[in-house]
Amino acid sequence: MSRYVSFRDFDWLLLVFVLLICALGVVEIRSATAHTKFAGAHIKQIYWIIGGLGGMFLMSLVNYQVLLDRVHWFYIAAITSLIAVMVFGQRYLGARRWIKMPGGVHFQPSEWVKLILIIAVAKYFADLQQRELSWGDFVKAGAIVGVPLLLVLAQPDLGTALTYIPIAVMGLFLGGLRTKQALTVLVLAGVMMPVAWHVLKPYQRDRLTSFLEPEADSQGSGYQVIQSKIAVGSGGLWGSEAGSQTHLSFLPVPQTDFIFAALSEEHGFVGALGALLLYFIVLMRLTQNAQTAPDRAGTFVVMGVVAVLSFHVLVNVGMVVGFMPVTGIPLPLMSYGGSSVLFMFLALGIVMNVRMRRFVN
Amino acid sequence: MFGRDEKVSPIRLTAVQYIILGIFLILAYGLWRLQVAQSDLYATLAEKNRIRNAPILAPRGKILDREGRTIVDNYPSFTALLLRDSSRDLMADADLIAQGLHMEPKDVRERIQKFASVPQYQPIYLKDDITPDELAFVEAHRNELPELDTIMAHRRLYPRNGFMANLIGYVGEVSEEMLNSPRWELYNPGDVVGQSGVELEYNQILMGRNGFRRAVVNSHGKEVGRLDETPAEPGKQLKLTVDIDLQIAAEQAMEGKNGAIVAMDPRTGEILAMVSRPTFDPNQFAVRISRDDWNKLVNDENHPLLNKAIQAQLAPGSVFKIIMATAGLQEGIAQNMHVICNGGAVFYGRYFKCWVVEQHRVHGLVDIRKAIYQSCDVFFYTLAEKLGIERIAKYATMLGLGQKTGIDLPQEVTGVMPSEEWKIRNFKQKWYAGETISVGIGQGAVTATPIQLARAIGGIASGGLLRRPHVAFPEQLPANIRPVSTVPDEVRVPLDPNNWELITDAMADVVNPIGTAPSAHLQGIDFAGKTGSAQTISNLAKARLVNGKSKFKDNGWFVGVEPRRNPEIVVCALLEEGEHGYLAARVASQVIKAYVDKQRRQPTKIAKGNGKVEVGAVWSAADEDAQQTVRGGHFLMSLSGKEPTLATAAPGINSVLGTRY
Repeated sequence: MSRYVSFRDFDWLLLVFVLLICALGVVEIRSATAHTKFAGAHIKQIYWIIGGLGGMFLMSLVNYQVLLDRVHWFYIAAITSLIAVMVFGQRYLGARRWIKMPGGVHFQPSEWVKLILIIAVAKYFADLQQRELSWGDFVKAGAIVGVPLLLVLAQPDLGTALTYIPIAVMGLFLGGLRTKQALTVLVLAGVMMPVAWHVLKPYQRDRLTSFLEPEADSQGSGYQVIQSKIAVGSGGLWGSEAGSQTHLSFLPVPQTDFIFAALSEEHGFVGALGALLLYFIVLMRLTQNAQTAPDRAGTFVVMGVVAVLSFHVLVNVGMVVGFMPVTGIPLPLMSYGGSSVLFMFLALGIVMNVRMRRFVN
Repeated sequence: MFGRDEKVSPIRLTAVQYIILGIFLILAYGLWRLQVAQSDLYATLAEKNRIRNAPILAPRGKILDREGRTIVDNYPSFTALLLRDSSRDLMADADLIAQGLHMEPKDVRERIQKFASVPQYQPIYLKDDITPDELAFVEAHRNELPELDTIMAHRRLYPRNGFMANLIGYVGEVSEEMLNSPRWELYNPGDVVGQSGVELEYNQILMGRNGFRRAVVNSHGKEVGRLDETPAEPGKQLKLTVDIDLQIAAEQAMEGKNGAIVAMDPRTGEILAMVSRPTFDPNQFAVRISRDDWNKLVNDENHPLLNKAIQAQLAPGSVFKIIMATAGLQEGIAQNMHVICNGGAVFYGRYFKCWVVEQHRVHGLVDIRKAIYQSCDVFFYTLAEKLGIERIAKYATMLGLGQKTGIDLPQEVTGVMPSEEWKIRNFKQKWYAGETISVGIGQGAVTATPIQLARAIGGIASGGLLRRPHVAFPEQLPANIRPVSTVPDEVRVPLDPNNWELITDAMADVVNPIGTAPSAHLQGIDFAGKTGSAQTISNLAKARLVNGKSKFKDNGWFVGVEPRRNPEIVVCALLEEGEHGYLAARVASQVIKAYVDKQRRQPTKIAKGNGKVEVGAVWSAADEDAQQTVRGGHFLMSLSGKEPTLATAAPGINSVLGTRY
């Protein structure tokens, strides 16, 4: 392995845009939680960001090849932690998602599993020799993601489970998925829909139906959808100074999943579009890094991060504007929450890792 | 072969970039749709979200007696209501709300439905006068049920035990039928309005105008700011002509009896006391009355909801003889008429009894004076025959029978004064001369209300001056509210002074040992009147039907005045199934005595007391040691059991002294 790894090759531009998004998030968390019991959350968020930055630099120092070579151990550890959650996890609001660590920290393994899945999928497709996927490869790749997905679904945590899917989809797509296979999957998914409907918990079904018709249940599940749309809509072009929906707490827990609605209300269409543009720049920059990666594995790793990030943005902002059901998926880098922030920065650390090694070999 | 270092397809990477671009364009469109295309709509929704219109309920005006003592007051009470400007599904919450407020879920849903057509900013009133634990339920469910709220309202506090209830009436929520009538069309569902009595008649004065407070609220319904406020206009207080002292005396006199008393100042038409029995507790109506209680009141055969003083139309019996005497004397027939009473006489081929035969006596030779104080039927049969129905009807109509007196109370009835024309109009039949004979003693088709008789007899004793009775001082009412009546304020019936003297002197003898009601005599008081006992059905039918069951006992009447000429007070007492007029006379005499005692002693007016003596409500109850006590909101005073000495002591006195018995 080369010793010419240098922070000169660190993607400082990418980091600047990432931190811009984080800063926007901190400002918005501060504004949305002022005068509520969550006041001061933005300070905690800053600590998480600083911690995330540290994690990112550490992550960028470890050669991603090493991670790739040992991915089967990580994978086993991931599955084990998910099973541990099911056994020892803290039950909160009817779901076991957290393990309480010493010191009062709540650890949510499903976030870290995402990171390991990105590497595992990258490793699997990088090792494939054929340009076109066989059905066997297809099933194996599906199983890599499918097993943890089912475990998370059983917690139950539909939102997080869904975020595993784009990792597999991105891997398959770049790994040479054939049109025929893609169509088969789509047809299968269509057939599975009614089955899945029965598997869903009642509250999950509510969320799906309320998304389709929020007025039918305007105080139950539809409440969040309606209030979010009202908050966004009342922001107008330039934003409403009062930000009344957020500040009068009509918008439920605006600092987490609905942070984008709070931002849209306060800064209007212009502000919301600006924030979207930042995400778009970050994603384009990441894709560019994927193209310049030193090997197939590097590309797959970076694109895995792209898949997760764009999926999060799509589902979260889509939910805020009423296009998507409420699934409890946070907006990366902006939403308040340690696990989410740390995951993003560690994922970025791996991206940096790949980029810094682009001239190796 | 492709090695590990083979690059990923650049076409697919570019495709991913375009897919991401597509996703972002869709999201941007979503934002544009909400924030630019429909921003007005959402701005309005946001406004609705945060601004709540909360009503400020106006307290109803107090009702006072003629000396300014409080009869009806208000007390603070909490009403549970549903706010509808939030976007919650009220129907879905109905079960939980019903449980917490101890209501039927069905009733809650019905109310929500009923308010569907009412503007959103007006809340749905769910339950009045909620208990502390129901209030706690509302407070504890601010988050789960943000639409559920309470409002403090001033609720009516009426005297207890139905004291004065039939006169004052009660309030209740305006009904749907009422809202469809012109008088109430400007009111809103949920408004509490007068439903009967003074509360109904003077609703416009008593009812205030609700105010509104526009407040900024957060999602929990908690007020975080105030925009503006339209203050409530409280209802004005209403002073009645009623004297509480006299009212108490009248209520006590009627204790345990069925019927009515009305006491009036014939010089002015001011009603001094008005009692109807049995009565009801209007406090039950101040909050929503249960269907069972309501049905019980409506179906009670003694009609507790009826104000019998103005709504009972019954045969006046011998009281009518004063009207007969007036007609006979004015027509110049009665002066020199002498009749021999042998216990009955034959008219038009039919034998008519005099009441006196039941006592195995006869009246013998009777003139007009004796005919009055002995209430001789034969004399008045003969007089009726001579006068004829048309002349009787003329005088009776002049004296106000068969028509409303125009008292400022709702649902007064007219009674009936029959005549030839009346019979043809209503029965398409000719008048039979024999019918005139029964009318002569106040039986047959003639019916009258206590207030009509009080006005007529009071008018005769006043020399023919009849005033329109009223319970509120007209000069204290705003001009636009003064009740319009077709009856003139003042009617003068021509009455020769000699006739006037004769009739009133004869009436004074009624309560003397020679009269029909000697037991009602009041020592040292110039008390005069006329008894009456009227059959409720004909004797024949009674014998056939029931074998003397109490149901068809005679009604006892008495109309008395004090002093006999130009009286200051006229009292009409009706004892349903009271059998005898002299019993009614005793009842009336108690009220007269209370009046005179009060006049003579001139007790301290309440205004001389200190500020603490304001009476919340007056009500009476019997103590164990048979002592009557009258309790008020802030005072308690004693009354001796039989004599209504209470009336001589204005409530102010004892309370000022702080005496408690």
